[in-house]
Amino acid sequence: MSESTNVATTGSRTTQILGFVVLLGLSVVFVLAFVVTEPDAVQQDAVRMFYIHVPAAIVALYLTVPALAVASAMALYKKTRWWDITAAAAAELGVVFCGLTLVTGVIWGRPIWNTWWEWGDVRLLTTLVLFLMLLGYLAYRRSVVDPGTRARRSAVIALVASTNVLLVNRSVIWWQNRTLHQKSSLIEGRLEDMKLFTFALSTLVFAVMFFWMMIHRFRIGWLEHKIETVGVDAAIAERRASAHAGLDEAISHPALEKEGST
Amino acid sequence: MTTIAMTHVGYLIAGWGITFTVLGLYSISLVRRGRALSTQVPAGQQRWIDTDE
Repeated sequence: MSESTNVATTGSRTTQILGFVVLLGLSVVFVLAFVVTEPDAVQQDAVRMFYIHVPAAIVALYLTVPALAVASAMALYKKTRWWDITAAAAAELGVVFCGLTLVTGVIWGRPIWNTWWEWGDVRLLTTLVLFLMLLGYLAYRRSVVDPGTRARRSAVIALVASTNVLLVNRSVIWWQNRTLHQKSSLIEGRLEDMKLFTFALSTLVFAVMFFWMMIHRFRIGWLEHKIETVGVDAAIAERRASAHAGLDEAISHPALEKEGST
Repeated sequence: MTTIAMTHVGYLIAGWGITFTVLGLYSISLVRRGRALSTQVPAGQQRWIDTDE
């Protein structure tokens, strides 16, 4: 196929619609969070961090990591590049959203807990460990050249890392005396009316954003796979061509021709 | 002129600003990486255009 027929984008109709929904949704969430909702009686305006911190955490823990775990398990079972590329895409998004969860948590914690970070807090520590595990997963992928080995070993690493989500989730219950972090406001029913609606909408928008990013990141992985495959195919073709050329040269060698004639 | 009294403004600007900046820059990087790579692969091998793999 000619170069001119190439479509220089990973976008499609679906991603355009999702992208528009995300931009519109974020604008609405911003207005709701800063104009419509009231400050909290205890936290005052610092409570507005809730509308980005918790949705980022929900996406990180309950969308990116489960996607990574399922894709890694399927990569081991099916042994296809499709699942391996999906796992890599989910891990990269996991780093982004887990990183945002940590940063917004640190910023929110300073005015509320009077500290940026508490090393003894199990919720904070397990989230940091998850973030570092996802970074390690991506670093490992970059260090292995063979696609089959990379897919197999990184899938095992991902499955081990994914179990950390259980610890993050249960940390405020199992170690409730060793955490500054509050339990789920949603489960305890402390959110009402506009605060609940703003939080729910923000979570939905973050989830749609996750799918938009996931589609684009998967397609990037797929393109890299295709380029890698084309590179290998070209190298094989070149090797075959040079081998044929060498064979032709050997056959047409005067000594062989003479030997052949006798 | 009415001013809106808000507490913790610095923290809110930092938190929301970093979140929007990171998500925005990452989204732009995804689109740009996709565009750069798309030119190197024939359209027939881009599954979102042609599913006959």
